[in-house]
Amino acid sequence: MQSVTTVVIGAGHSGLAASRLLAEQAIDHVVLERGEVATSWRTQRWDSLRLLTPNWMNQLPGLSYDGPDPDGFLTAPEVVELVSGYAALSPVLTGTTVTSVQPDGVGFRVATDGGAWSARTVVVAAGLTRGVVPPVASALPGGITSLHAIDYKRPDQLPEGGVLVVGASSSGVQIAEELQASGRPVTLATGEHVRLPRRYRDRDILGWMDTVGILGERWDEVDDLVRARSLPSLQLIGGDRTIDLNSLQDQGVRLAGRLGGIQGDVLQLAGSLPNVCTLADLKLNRLLATIDAFAGGTGERSEPTRVPDAPLTLDLRSGEIRSVVWATGIKPDLSWLDVPTYDASGRVKHDGGVSPWPGLYFLGLPVLRRRRSTYLAGAAADAIDIVAELRGHLARRATERWSVAQRSA
Amino acid sequence: MTETTATIDNGVNVEALLGARGAITEDPAFGQFTWRATNSWVNGTHSRGEVERFYGFSDEQAHSKKFTFDADHPLQFAAEDHGATPVEIVLVALGGCLTGGVASIAQQRGIQLRSVTATIEADHDLRGILGADPDVPNRFSAVRVDYTIDADASPEDVQALVAQSQKRSAVFDLLTNPTAVTVKVASI
Repeated sequence: MQSVTTVVIGAGHSGLAASRLLAEQAIDHVVLERGEVATSWRTQRWDSLRLLTPNWMNQLPGLSYDGPDPDGFLTAPEVVELVSGYAALSPVLTGTTVTSVQPDGVGFRVATDGGAWSARTVVVAAGLTRGVVPPVASALPGGITSLHAIDYKRPDQLPEGGVLVVGASSSGVQIAEELQASGRPVTLATGEHVRLPRRYRDRDILGWMDTVGILGERWDEVDDLVRARSLPSLQLIGGDRTIDLNSLQDQGVRLAGRLGGIQGDVLQLAGSLPNVCTLADLKLNRLLATIDAFAGGTGERSEPTRVPDAPLTLDLRSGEIRSVVWATGIKPDLSWLDVPTYDASGRVKHDGGVSPWPGLYFLGLPVLRRRRSTYLAGAAADAIDIVAELRGHLARRATERWSVAQRSA
Repeated sequence: MTETTATIDNGVNVEALLGARGAITEDPAFGQFTWRATNSWVNGTHSRGEVERFYGFSDEQAHSKKFTFDADHPLQFAAEDHGATPVEIVLVALGGCLTGGVASIAQQRGIQLRSVTATIEADHDLRGILGADPDVPNRFSAVRVDYTIDADASPEDVQALVAQSQKRSAVFDLLTNPTAVTVKVASI
C-alpha cells in the first residue's frame, strides 16, 4: 500500500485547483482520476454546450484568462483543453477508479482498481456525474425513448417526432431549444425555475451578480442553504443572448406544468405553471432591483413570462410524444465513500466542504462555500479555503502527536 | 429587519414552526403524519364527516375537540341542503390552506397583515359526474383564487407572499398534481 499525505479524488478543475495549492504548500499528494483529465467535460456534455460563465470569471489558482475574448464563453472541448493544460504540473494518476474510501487509523484507506493508498487526508472533487430522475420516471411506458441530459449529445440521438423535455433548468431550456430547432416539436414540463436575462444594463448578468456580491455570498450566510443547494440551475446559455420561457415559446416550444405523474399511457402535468412563472418573475425583478440599488437608476424590466393555456395531460398513445429528455438534475456519485457522514435525507454532510469526519473534504458541490461554488469560476476560492482547512488539520494532528510523544517521554 | 419582525404580529408562532422544521430535518420519521376523517351517511346525499384524531410527531394526536362537517347538495339538485357540497368543501380547504400560508409567511418575512380575503371559484362541467358525456372529466376544469390583501408591504412583496404560499401549500399541490388513492370496502 502506498502512502501519501493527501489523496485528491478527481482531476477536474476543482481537484486540480486543490492539487496546485497543495503543491504550493509542499503537501505531498496524488490526484486519482477514473478516466482522463476532465472526464465529465469530455463525456457528459452535449455538443453545443458552452460554459455559463464568461472567460474573465474562470480563474484557477495560478491561471487567469489572458486571451483575446474575456467576454466569450468556452465550449466543452475548450474547457477540456484548458483543464488538461492546467493538469500538466499535477501528480495525476489517470485511469484509476476509486472503489472505496474508509477511515483507517490516522486517516483513510483509499482502494482503487490500481492498488490501495493510505492517506491522512482526502479531498473529494469527484464532480456531479450522476443524472437523477424523479420517481415518476419509472412509470414511463416502454417504446418511448428516454434520455437523461447528462447523456444527451445532439438531436439525432432521439427519434423524429415530439419530445417532452422535463425540467426548465439551464440544460432543460437549452436542450429544448435545440430539439425544437431540429424539427422535433418540444413540450417543456416546467416546475420551479430561475429566470435571468443574459445581459442587463449593457453588462453580463453574472458579472452583475459578482459585482453586487451575490456570487460571493457565503454558505453560512445564505438564508436557506438546503434550498440554495437544490435550486435548479439558472436559465442561461453561454453567449450574449437570453433564453427563457418567452423566447422558447417564440420558437414554438409548448409549455406545460411539472410532470406530476404517469398513469398508464397518460402523462399528468401539474396545474401549477402560472405560479412557478410568477415566482420566477418576482425573483428576477428582486434581483434586478438589487442591481439597480447598487448601480443607481433603473434598467429595463423583462416582459413577464407569458403563461399559455397548458395541457394537463398528454396521451402517449396519440404518438405526439416519442421521447423524453430528463433535465432533472445531476448529483455526485459517492457510492464508494464508506465514511458514515450522511444526513437523514442521504445527502453527504459537510460544513462548507469540511466533513464532520476529520481529514475529509469536498470540492465542486453546489453552493459549497459560496454561491459561486456551483461554477468553474468558484473552484479557485473554494480550493484556497479547503486547502487552508486541510493544512490546519494536519498541523493540529502534528501538535497532538508531539504532545503524546512528550508525555510518553 | 429584526426590529420589524419583533413588532409585527399576525398571531403565528413562527419560532414553533421553525423548531418543528428543524426537528423534522433531523429525524424525518418525526414528520410523517397521517390525517384522518370519518364519514357517515345520514340520508339522501347528506353525510357527516368528523375530524378528531391524527398521527404525527411520532405519536397519536388529537384536536382540542371534535369537528363535524355536513356535506350535502342544494335544493336545486332536489337534495335537502344540509351542508356545502363536497366540491365546495374542497374550495374551503384550498382557501384555508393558502390563507394560513400567507399569514405564516408574512410573519416570517416581518409583514404585518391587516386584512386578507379571498374568493375561490371553480368551473365545473357537470356532464362528467352525471355521465352525460364520457369525454368530460369529473373534476373541475379550472380553479381561480382572488386575494385582496391589506398589509404593510409593497404590492410586489404581497404578490410574493401569495406565490410562496402556493408553493408551500398541501391543498394547492393536491389539486394541481395527481395523488394515488385506494378505496377499500367491507360488507357487514
